[in-house]
Amino acid sequence: MAWWNKPASDTQITHGSRIWLYVIAAIIMLLLVIPTLIVIPMSFSDSQYLEFPPETWSMRWYEEYFGSKKWMRATVTSLQVGTLTMLVATPLGTMAAYALFVSGHKAARALFVILITPMIVPVILIAIGAFYAYGKLGLNNSITGLVLAHTALATPLVMIVITAAFRSYDLNQELVARSLGATRLKAFFVITLPQIKFSVITAALLSFLTSFDEVIVSIFVSGGTKATLTKHMFSALRDYIDPTIAAISTIMVLISTLLLLATQWFSSRQK
Amino acid sequence: MTARSLNSTALKQQERMEQWTLLGLAIPAIFVILLVVIIPVGWLFYLSFIGDNGQFTLEHYQKMVEYKSYYRVFLNTFKVSILTTLICIVIGYPMAYFLAQLPARWAGFFMLAVLLPFWTSLLVRTYAWLVLLQRKGILNEFAMDIGLWEKPVKLVHNLTGTLIGMAHIMLPFLVLPLYNAMKKIDRDLMQASANLGASPAKSFWQIYFPLSLPGMVAGSLIVFVLCLGFYVTPAVLGGGRVVMVATQITSILENQFNWGAASSLGVVLLIATVLVLIIAGRVFKLDTALFGKG
Repeated sequence: MAWWNKPASDTQITHGSRIWLYVIAAIIMLLLVIPTLIVIPMSFSDSQYLEFPPETWSMRWYEEYFGSKKWMRATVTSLQVGTLTMLVATPLGTMAAYALFVSGHKAARALFVILITPMIVPVILIAIGAFYAYGKLGLNNSITGLVLAHTALATPLVMIVITAAFRSYDLNQELVARSLGATRLKAFFVITLPQIKFSVITAALLSFLTSFDEVIVSIFVSGGTKATLTKHMFSALRDYIDPTIAAISTIMVLISTLLLLATQWFSSRQK
Repeated sequence: MTARSLNSTALKQQERMEQWTLLGLAIPAIFVILLVVIIPVGWLFYLSFIGDNGQFTLEHYQKMVEYKSYYRVFLNTFKVSILTTLICIVIGYPMAYFLAQLPARWAGFFMLAVLLPFWTSLLVRTYAWLVLLQRKGILNEFAMDIGLWEKPVKLVHNLTGTLIGMAHIMLPFLVLPLYNAMKKIDRDLMQASANLGASPAKSFWQIYFPLSLPGMVAGSLIVFVLCLGFYVTPAVLGGGRVVMVATQITSILENQFNWGAASSLGVVLLIATVLVLIIAGRVFKLDTALFGKG
């Protein structure tokens, strides 16, 4: 029996008679992926005008990027802020997830609502709110201000990833360890953490990316020598199409693809 | 251990103490969120009731009711958000259905087509669309090559470009919850309906589709709410012609530095968002769909 005559689902419909579904899905997948990857060939074009396919190839936009003080400084700032956000948000989110998951106190529900607000409040509002508050606190255009704001955005994500990990893991193992004399802290680090470590790594990568890719808050609270990569990219996009952005975009796509594959790999290890 | 410490009230008290200590672990996270999000947003709320002279006033909200321009901004925001959501449903449903029908191994592979854009910076994707849709961009060239239209069509710096870009960015937010909901549908039901003589199309519309609706509604609401406050893509692909609440807030701050007016728009945006979420939560148990929590 040819494959198109074989039943494709529980309704016994054949692959042949639902070929349209495969065609539609293929088109949608192309529409999803092409605009994500198109920047890669474009970044190697020699032309100002970003035609496709490029007539002559060159590395000039990469040279432009790596040779520019402005872009390099912005890249360093973004990497710094991303790393610091990851280092702060991961433990903060994990602690909060543990607190809410284990305590079973009535107040946990209310605290959950507070912790999730950065996901509910529109980011534009968080951005102008932080801009205003930082104006009073003198935190605008500072690494500290950026890290604080990005931590607030990343912590709920960490919390959700870690809570999911707690749910698929038997926390009673900690009770056993504690009944054998371990403190709660030791039980967590020796028994729980090694078993949820892949989720913790995923959460950490996610919080790095949240900060590294963040645009709106950065537009408002960063500036001068401490402007982020995304802030410079946004203003370049709004004013004119600078092909250097294609080179930067390619590097950013590469970073997020690597992180995505890493998390996929970690989540397959977790099971 | 003395006998006294084993008495039940003492134990209960100890347990309560421990619960509070445990909750204390959430304090650092709550502190940051209070400092950066809740207190500043509360401050904006206060500012929205303060006039130029520093006195309490309702003028910013009054303007919203009286001036046609504000009304148009809100109308436009709703229009763009609803259109984006509809496009996402039309494109996202077959995509999620396709993924849900595949065996786990293949689903994981094809899922990358959804996850890759999801993980890629939205700035990069907005930029890509700007390049694809421009007057001499690939899409125009391609359409002219196959004779779809003769002269370059204006696809960007207008509503069309904004909708294309926003739908691309929002699609994963619809596909992922919908896919999860579809995976939970009991396959025996479809088999039973086939056994009882229903055609595949009938089984789909009478059984599968209604069961997938909660996932679709949850995904659509996430998309809709995210669209309401969206800034980057309308600002870049709209080229100043697509005015939404978020872009309006920014231009008020940039041009007039009027915190009261900007804040009042933000407050209305927040209230609209929360209302949508609360109603949705009541009707559809949204947090179950989002966080698997009851």
